[in-house]
Order: sequence, then structure tokens, then C-alpha cells
Amino acid sequence: MYLQTLLIALSEIRRNAMRSFLTILGIIIGVSAVIIMSTIGQGATAKVTADIAKLGSNMLSIRTGQRGPGRSSEVARPLELSDVEAIERDIENLEAVAPMSSTGLTVVYGNVNWATSIIGTTDKYLDVRDWEIDSGRAFTQSEMRTGKMVCIMGGTVRKELFGGQDPVNEKIRLGRQSCKVVGVLKSKGLSSFGSDQDDIVMIPLQAFQRRISGNRDIGRIYLSVNEGASTDTAREEISRLLRERRKIRPKDADDFSVFDMKEVSDTMAGTTEVLTTLLSAVAAVSLLVGGIGIMNIMLVSVTERTREIGVRLAIGAREYEVLMQFLVEAVVLSTLGGIIGILFGVSSSFGLTKLLKIPFVLDPFMIAIAFIFSTAIGVIFGFFPARKAARLNPIDALRHE
Amino acid sequence: MSVPMSNRNKGNSTAPLLEFQAVTKVYGMGLAEMKALRGVDLSVNEGEFVAVMGPSGSGKSTCMNILGCLDIPTDGNYLFKGVETGTLSRDQRALLRRQYLGFIFQGYNLLGRTSAVENVELPLLYRRTPAHRRRELAMEALRTVGLDGLEKHSPAELSGGQQQRVAIARAIVTKPSLLLADEPTGNLDTERSLEIMDLLASFNRDLGITIVMVTHERDMAAYAGRIIKFKDGLVASDDNSGRNA
Ligand SMILES: Nc1ncnc2c1ncn2[C@@H]1O[C@H](COP(=O)(O)OP(=O)(O)OP(=O)(O)O)[C@@H](O)[C@H]1O
Ligand SMILES: [Mg+2]
Repeated sequence: MYLQTLLIALSEIRRNAMRSFLTILGIIIGVSAVIIMSTIGQGATAKVTADIAKLGSNMLSIRTGQRGPGRSSEVARPLELSDVEAIERDIENLEAVAPMSSTGLTVVYGNVNWATSIIGTTDKYLDVRDWEIDSGRAFTQSEMRTGKMVCIMGGTVRKELFGGQDPVNEKIRLGRQSCKVVGVLKSKGLSSFGSDQDDIVMIPLQAFQRRISGNRDIGRIYLSVNEGASTDTAREEISRLLRERRKIRPKDADDFSVFDMKEVSDTMAGTTEVLTTLLSAVAAVSLLVGGIGIMNIMLVSVTERTREIGVRLAIGAREYEVLMQFLVEAVVLSTLGGIIGILFGVSSSFGLTKLLKIPFVLDPFMIAIAFIFSTAIGVIFGFFPARKAARLNPIDALRHE
Repeated sequence: MSVPMSNRNKGNSTAPLLEFQAVTKVYGMGLAEMKALRGVDLSVNEGEFVAVMGPSGSGKSTCMNILGCLDIPTDGNYLFKGVETGTLSRDQRALLRRQYLGFIFQGYNLLGRTSAVENVELPLLYRRTPAHRRRELAMEALRTVGLDGLEKHSPAELSGGQQQRVAIARAIVTKPSLLLADEPTGNLDTERSLEIMDLLASFNRDLGITIVMVTHERDMAAYAGRIIKFKDGLVASDDNSGRNA
């Protein structure tokens, strides 16, 4: 009995191959569009969230000068090691403080040259910026104190200079200075802004000041605040301390700036939110377009279907049997379209996320929504015109124009 | 899933197979009102072969549609095997059609994009005939109407006359008690028409199928035992003097 209805419905699907195909296509478009859009949106969000975690949401950074109009003209006093010491001494709830200066330089090993950035800093920098040593070791206290020419290199520099070889204990040249490699950093990959974070060489700050920059300036101070402590409070205290040390009068503006990484991450999170909303809107439109497509096909074929229903009623089909047939047909087509749509949507979003190098995050809720919505449209527009026709007198259905 | 009248019918075997009691059919309303039947009284006994004639628009098809339970009278009663069809539900009327009726439409009404044999199988499908038996019976019916070899063709690939014969095969494949035929030879040449009439006559004679057939041609009507003439929605004459009388 049910098998019979199923068989009739299946033969109807085959008979109306074109109509069936277009219905399935409409559903595939709707379902897969939603899945692709939501997967990419969620993947991008996950990527940014992970980047933010890597950035460290408890991190502050200080540099001299102010960004903004009309402020760049006067050269601000540079930061010095004594500022770092004062901060370490006076500010509470600090996990680590790391001074840092950097410059671009060509590094040489054998006959290989590579232009990279040289960072002069202390071992605290590894903690603050969340770096890990892959092989070798960090700087020793005495190396930092005496300003020995030793370096820790990022993965990119290692690959360019040494290929597969182990660089630890090898000597390289930074500009004119000879320098021993003591460690290699674990790779971090690209930053959210697209720059290669592994393209660096770190040396002790003392060595940097004495042998490379030739002055005692510090480019930036990075600090991490203890877990649970407020970055806002730390920021205020640092501002007060630095104003005092730099003798800035109350009516004058700061000649340095303190960045809170949380602000940066908030901005980035905001951007992905906009992106996700946009993609959702596109997905909703595709769903709608797919739905209207299905609706059109079904409504256009109403005349033909009504006559057909007339014939079936005339030769003895009951209303219920005709309805079951059309319901099964609509359900089979819609589910088939929905399943193909899910497979297609999932596989293409998998490919796309690989291509865009973002995590592949499937949202079962979105898949369910897309599937239910599309199949509901298929069933409603397949079934209701049929129901209307099946309630006519057979002769009226046969005469339908 | 039994047809409701089959039991009640037992004590009523003397009743005519079909009976119209003052049947009227009005199409449209108000100014557009069209009285297609104006109180038709009519009865047909089991085993009769009746020809219905009359000018175009006289109400023949309307009458056939009501006889076939495809439409319901505006007024009056239609009794099938003594049962008032007006009291039956839609489903009961559908079962009545399934069980007892074969209908040949004026305009074939075949399913498009469906092979001849599948069209003929359709009534058997709703009778739950097993698939292999269905195919057998359908092929047999197609052979009867002289369409063997064309069973795989869809209506679009058949001539008007061939489509007409598919429609006839579909109507007789269930061996119905009552065969209603609205101009079954309307699209056939004389030779074919006579073949079909011989066929219908043999159904009536050998299988005892009651036949009501609309035709415009005297030659065809001559096969029937009784000729009813319609005029302006009324029975103008009822001539029982045919060859079966
Ligand atoms: N669905 C309908 N709506 C309105 N009027 C109708 C309808 N069907 C039939 N009529 C009218 O009812 C009258 C009888 O029509 P019917 O089809 O019964 O004639 P007929 O005798 O079969 O004619 P023909 O020999 O041309 O087939 C006609 O005047 C026709 O215009
Ligand atoms: Mg007619």
C-alpha cells in the first residue's frame, strides 16, 4: 500500500524529469548557499578569535609619540631602559615587562643572504608575546647583561639560511657583526594582518644597542598584566608614571602612547561580525531565490498536474491516494535536494576554507535550518496545489485550463 | 475497502443499473446560468447497449459525466444499482468508479509523457493488481484494440485515432460492469470505427458489460439496442426497437 504509493511517486518523478530536476536544483542552491556562507563566516570568526588569543588579550604596548593629526611634527623623547625599570618597580599586577627595539637588516650564512627584521630584547619578550623555543635555548642572564652577540631565529629565517640543517651553534652575520645562533622559535605563521611573524631574528637588547643601533633608545615596551587584573588600571598608572618621568605639564597632551591589545582584538572581532552578518544576508537571499524557483516550477505545472489529478480521480483514485502520491513525490524530491545540497555545501565549504586557510567549522544548526526551510518550500509548493486539485470534482479537474 | 452499495444491492437486484430521477444540471449562476439538463428521467438495465444521440450542446456529455460519477446533479437523483449516489461521500464515489466503471472521454485524457501501456495500467494500479498481472492485462487490452507493437509510445507519438484506442483500452482493461463512452469513434475512419463498434458489441454480448455510448453517427448507433435522443437538455425520444430489443 505504502510501497505502491512510493512506486507511483517515483515513476512520476522519472516521468517529470525536468520538473523534478529543477525542483531539486532549487533546493540544492538554497541549502548549499546557506551552508557555504555560514561555514565561511564562522571559520573567519574562529580564525580571528584564535589570532586574538595568540595576541594576548592581557597585553599592553608603549611607544613614544602620538598617532594622529598635528602631532607627528615634534620629535618625542625616546623611551629608555630606566623607564622599563621604573615601570617594573612602580606598577602593580604586571606579569612581565619586555623592552624591544628593532631594525631591518640583511643576515648572512655562508653565501646565503636574507633581509629580515632584527629585534633587540630580553627573554621576557618570549613570555609577553607568547613565543616558544623550538630547539636550542633562550638568552642567559649573562648574555643579556653583557650584550653578547647571540641570536634566536624565527622559522622563516632558519629555512631561508639553513634549509633542513640545524642552525644551533652555527655562526651567522648580522650586517657586519658575527653572531652565534643559540635557539630557534616555534613557528607562528601569518598574523591576522597577513605578515610573516616567523621572519625575525632576536638578539639581547644590550647587544642591539651597542652593536647595531648605536644608541640607548628603546622602540617599544611590551607588558603583560596578571590574569584577572585590569588592563585599564595598568594603562592609567603607566600613563601617570610616564607623564611624571617625562615632566609633562597637566595641560599638555601625552607624548607617548599606550595600546591595549584588547582594543585591537575588539576591532577585529567587530569586523568579522560584520562579515558574518553580510554572509548571512547573502545566504538568506540565496535561500529565498531557491525557494522562489521551486515555487515557480510548481505553480507553472499546476494546470498539467490538475488535469492529471482529474484523470486519476476519474479512473478511481481517491483524494487521499492522489494526495499521498504528491506528498511522497514532494518529500522525496525535497529531501533528495536537501541531502545533495548538504553534501555539496559541506564539501565546497571544506574546499573553500582550505583555500582561505581558515578553520572548517560546521554549524549543525544552520544546516538544519537550511534543510528544513528548503524542504518545507518544496513540500508546501508541491503539495498544496495538488491538494486543491484533488478536492475538485473529477470533471472540473479534467477541464482545468 | 469495499464499495458501500454491494451489500445493500443484494436485495435489490431487480432495480435498473442506472436510474435518473428528474436530474437537472445547471452551469454558472445569474445571467450566465446555463441549464445543460432540465429534469431528465432515464433508466438503463444491466446488459443494455444504449446509444445517446442529439445535437451539439444538447447535454449528452453532461449526462455521461453524471452517469460516470465525475460530476454531481444540481437537482434530482441519480441511482446506481438502486443506491442514491447523492448520499455517497467523495471517496465512496471514487471507489464506485474504480470498481464498476470504465470511461472513454470525448478528448482521450491520457497522461502525457507516459507510454501507452502505462496509461492502460493506470486503473489497475488503483485496484492493487500485482505488477506482472497489470502488464499482462494491459498488453492484452492493447492487443484487443489493435495497438500491439505501439505499447512503448507516449501519446505525443501516437495519431489521434491511436490515442483514442489507448483510451478505449484503458476503459476496458478492468472489465467494468458499465462502460461509458463519449464519442469513442469520433476520431476514427469508418473502417476503424466499425472495428471498434464490433469490439464494444462483443464486450456487451460476451462479457455482459452494460454500455452507454454517445455518438453522432447513425451507423454506430445501429449497433446499440436502444437509442436515446437528447434535445435541449431533455430526452426527446427513447427508441427501444434496436436489434437487442
Ligand atoms: N463546465 C461548463 N460550464 C458551463 N457550461 C457548460 C459546461 N459544460 C457544458 N456546458 C454547457 O452545457 C451545454 C451542454 O453541454 P454538453 O457538453 O453536455 O453538450 P454535448 O451534447 O455533449 O455536445 P457535443 O455533441 O458538442 O459534445 C452546452 O450548452 C454547454 O455550453
Ligand atoms: Mg459532448
